[in-house]
Amino acid sequence: MRIAPNWQALTALVLIAAALAGLPFTAAPGAVLALLILWLLALAALAALIAPATSGLVATFGVLSHAAVFLLLASLAGAEGTARPSFYAALAAAWLLGWRLVTVLSGDGRRGSTGPGWGLGLVIPALFGLWILILWEAVVRGAGIPFVLLPPPSAIGHKIMASLPILAADFHQTVLKAVLFGFVVGSLAGFLTALLADRYRFLARGLLPIGNMVSALPIIGIAPIMVIWFGFDWPSKAAVVIVMTFFPMLVNTLEGLRASGAMERDLMRTYAASHWQSLFMLRLPAAMPFIFNGLKINSTLAMIGAIVAEFFGTPIVGMGFRISTEVGRMNLDMVWAEIALAAVVGSLFYGVLALIERITTHWHPSYRR
Amino acid sequence: MSEKPVISASGLSLVFATHDGPVHALSNINLDIHEGEFVSLIGPSGCGKTTLLRVIADLEQPTAGTITVNGMTPHQARERRAYGYVFQQAALFPWRTIAANVGLPLEVMGLDKAEAQRRVKENIALVNLAGFEKKHPWQLSGGMQQRASIARALAVEPAMLLMDEPFGALDEIVRDHLNEQLLKLWAKTKKTVVFVTHSIPEAVFLSTRIVVMSPRPGRIHEIIDCNLGADRPLEIRETLEFQRIAQQVRDGLRAGHSYDD
Ligand SMILES: Nc1ncnc2c1ncn2[C@@H]1O[C@H](COP(=O)(O)OP(=O)(O)OP(=O)(O)O)[C@@H](O)[C@H]1O
Ligand SMILES: [Mg+2]
Repeated sequence: MRIAPNWQALTALVLIAAALAGLPFTAAPGAVLALLILWLLALAALAALIAPATSGLVATFGVLSHAAVFLLLASLAGAEGTARPSFYAALAAAWLLGWRLVTVLSGDGRRGSTGPGWGLGLVIPALFGLWILILWEAVVRGAGIPFVLLPPPSAIGHKIMASLPILAADFHQTVLKAVLFGFVVGSLAGFLTALLADRYRFLARGLLPIGNMVSALPIIGIAPIMVIWFGFDWPSKAAVVIVMTFFPMLVNTLEGLRASGAMERDLMRTYAASHWQSLFMLRLPAAMPFIFNGLKINSTLAMIGAIVAEFFGTPIVGMGFRISTEVGRMNLDMVWAEIALAAVVGSLFYGVLALIERITTHWHPSYRR
Repeated sequence: MSEKPVISASGLSLVFATHDGPVHALSNINLDIHEGEFVSLIGPSGCGKTTLLRVIADLEQPTAGTITVNGMTPHQARERRAYGYVFQQAALFPWRTIAANVGLPLEVMGLDKAEAQRRVKENIALVNLAGFEKKHPWQLSGGMQQRASIARALAVEPAMLLMDEPFGALDEIVRDHLNEQLLKLWAKTKKTVVFVTHSIPEAVFLSTRIVVMSPRPGRIHEIIDCNLGADRPLEIRETLEFQRIAQQVRDGLRAGHSYDD
């Protein structure tokens, strides 16, 4: 066992000393809690200085520093907006220790070590996300930022838990109906049209300029028209999504169909393969990375399209509807709850597509093992 | 051996229209190739070896002259899958395993499963790749990939093989080894082979006839007979007869080249 100085832990120690000198944290009483927090942080910083960093040591300083930061957040209760420099010094110390933790977990800057395994591949992004929430919570509550400007994540979390039925109804209306239907129909239509346009080139020549024009159309122009055509309920939202997703899929698929090499195509010719045989055996498999690219772009476009389209007339349910009405009522926590829902759904949507891509195009150089 | 040639070209020319004027890739080619022959095309880069092979395979259309393959137009011959073509690169599909790659032409032909499986197994064994059926192309060395592509061409069971510098990208030792294997295969199956190469020893070692070509315009400079007998170990390259033919090819290449100096 020896001391391995690293700048994160050393700076953290300096900050802890500064925080101690500058106590109290807030205007509220709580000297004992403050001392406990600083003591935990100091222990964590010392643990982070010891080498070799065994997994026990890493776990110790990880748990200690995060326990400290949660106590720090708790110490804000009833003292919102009164945080003093000492508070921020302690926060910064905890943050540096979190940084140190991620550094150690991802191999301490060693090169050539095998990349993070499956578990670490999840732990590191989770720590990143956690720290964004911690800093957000601490700064918003510590500085007393007005609720309408930016509610703290804890308030958004409470709102989510309290409004689960509403969120579920909105999710059902917007995602399960408009987004999914529009995404599937729009992408499939774009894909099939690409197959035809590839067979009959004049179609491609006529469609691509129109496609460029349609992608330039503002969604706030299409959405009201679709409401007039298809009514207030979800079909008009799905129609907006179809318009938005059709051309990205068309363009990507066409590009992918051109991606196979001349030699491979000549090879299929030497077998006297028909157009459809070389399409299914050569050109579509070679186009898969492009097709998935189109699908991933479309997953994002479909979420945006469906939510924004609900701003232009909708029954009294739906994520976009909720956002537009709750903003009007200054219920910003509900708006943020919907944003969080959209972020989670969007990421899952994208993640599922990326996973399917990884499985079906395992042969692609970027995924080979 | 039948009297009628398998491949017969007369007055064959091909001019590519390019941005900076016409390129005379082939000019007045007259060549008959008979069943069971092993004919090598050799010549400097750009003399039209690949183009000639592609015309035979109906991958390129001649601009003048006539050519027949099995007494038919190249188009009809291609539709009947008269030949197997081996490209300079292996051109294996990365999403297919080696076995599935070798079976690709059989799928196109709509062969029944059992027969296809038999042919895949047989030809993979023939090129010494047994045990690698389930691997993907990138998991194999360049030489193994090229062997897989030869197995794929053989799986069609064509009477004719068209090979465009199949071993060009491989190192000397692998190349020697594959040359021996190809020669054995040819002796066993009596296939007609048209083989493009840059290497004089390779051409002399493998061929029954060597077609020496020269560039600008691409044409046949000289046709050299080269029959070293059916049984040719690699050591035959040390014999005087081998050296003599090699020298003849070298002289032909030099004479063809000096033309445009
Ligand atoms: N598709 C094409 N379009 C235009 N010119 C071409 C085309 N294919 C070949 N050529 C030209 O025709 C000539 C003969 O080309 P070819 O590929 O047959 O030569 P090669 O003898 O196979 O050469 P190498 O030994 O380098 O493979 C060259 O000048 C080449 O630039
Ligand atoms: Mg060539």
